Amino acid sequence: MIELINVSKSFDGVEVLKNISTKFETGKVNLVIGSSGHGKSVMMKCMVGLLRPTSGNVMYDSRDFTNLEYSQLREVRQEIGMLFQGTALFDSLTVEQNVEFTLKMFTSMTPAERKDRVNFCLEQVEMQGINDKFPAEISGGMKKRVGIARAIALDIKYLFCDEPNSGLDPVTSRVIDELLKSITKEFNITTIINTHDMKTVFDIGDDVIFIYQGKNEWSGKVKDIHSSNNEMLTNFIKASYFY
Amino acid sequence: MTFFYHFGNYILFLKGMFSKPEKLSVYIDRTITEMNNIGVGSLSIVVIIAVFQGAVTTLQIAYQLISPLIAKPVIGSIVSDSSMLELAPTITCLVLAGKVGSHIASEIGTMRVSEQIDALEVMGINSSGYLALPKIVAGLIMIPMLVIISIFLSNLGGIIAGEASGILTYEEYFQGARESFLPFNLLFSLIKAFTYAFIITSVSAFQGYTTSGGALEVGASSTKAVVYSAVAILFSDYLLAQILL
Repeated sequence: MIELINVSKSFDGVEVLKNISTKFETGKVNLVIGSSGHGKSVMMKCMVGLLRPTSGNVMYDSRDFTNLEYSQLREVRQEIGMLFQGTALFDSLTVEQNVEFTLKMFTSMTPAERKDRVNFCLEQVEMQGINDKFPAEISGGMKKRVGIARAIALDIKYLFCDEPNSGLDPVTSRVIDELLKSITKEFNITTIINTHDMKTVFDIGDDVIFIYQGKNEWSGKVKDIHSSNNEMLTNFIKASYFY
Repeated sequence: MTFFYHFGNYILFLKGMFSKPEKLSVYIDRTITEMNNIGVGSLSIVVIIAVFQGAVTTLQIAYQLISPLIAKPVIGSIVSDSSMLELAPTITCLVLAGKVGSHIASEIGTMRVSEQIDALEVMGINSSGYLALPKIVAGLIMIPMLVIISIFLSNLGGIIAGEASGILTYEEYFQGARESFLPFNLLFSLIKAFTYAFIITSVSAFQGYTTSGGALEVGASSTKAVVYSAVAILFSDYLLAQILL
């Protein structure tokens, strides 16, 4: 479980995140929704340690991520997998080398064991047989899947996905959604997805947090969204049906 | 003030590289790859520059010293000393600042703007150490080697030009070069080469690492890497000459 306690983040005096407190449960697909520019990505970057919160704490199963020593921080980070919006695959490495990367860096596996693990991860995302291709040689949807395979290469406990469907066609988007849901359930991990795709929310979401102007405007179960009387949330959902 | 701000960040960047490597064998592999990129990849341009620089220097020295009172071996001694003290280390490294420096800055800069460096950080890898340290170590090993090759080829160019133009024979060239040779000059040349190697690789890596924005900014970082490296090389050239000669 990941817990945010009064997390705020400012840039040059402008407060982008305002006192956010919430919990993301293990074994669930937790969705962070909201319009562009309202702080979703900043919140995710604060959670994975790419940005340091101005105030507040991020707790990973009671470990205070914001105040850990460097070596402890490194340990927690090895439990984190992240799928970036632009996939962030290393373009000088092949698909196999990308997925193998963390295994090579952090485990004492033999080359044969690493190869088995890479093939297992690629199988999970239905991307077998492209081991020797470079990221530039595969499509956007394939890159996303390889990005997921790389994220789960180590035995991760937390999976972060920043706009996993951006730039994908509707069919591929649904495939990625289902993949993220099945991985969450199969490996019992805490998955957090930033999205403004309401189809994703209703298809695979368990819990939802709605960020509006840097604040936790609403949070709850997906099934309760339509019965919410929060005006901002209602407007956001209505708008998403039109676009 | 801006200079001190950037210089402070540069020092912090260098300090950040020296944490314990996640896996030494991976860093060694990367260093060998970078040695190939920096060293072998720059060999052809170094060969061309060194030969022509020695040849042209010989012809110009001969043109300026044309007098029956000056022995011909003097030309050989001036060319070989100039090659060792200034031409081979400084000119070679200025060219390498353009070739190697821009490559390092654009490679790391592209990784920054495409979130690949963020990906390394999220994985728990010290990104500055992983990306920059192997390049700096490879530069410190390979650039002095390139400078030694450049000294040799510069003299070779001088001999070829002397013989081809009939200005001096290779025996006269050797005589001059041998008589004026001081082992300290070679040491001085290597000190310069190590200094410049560190400047080229670290300044360029820093410029790439601190890139923000998109393709335009990657280009700008690449240009800055070359300009700042060249200025730092010339400044340290003067400083080293002042201190050590």
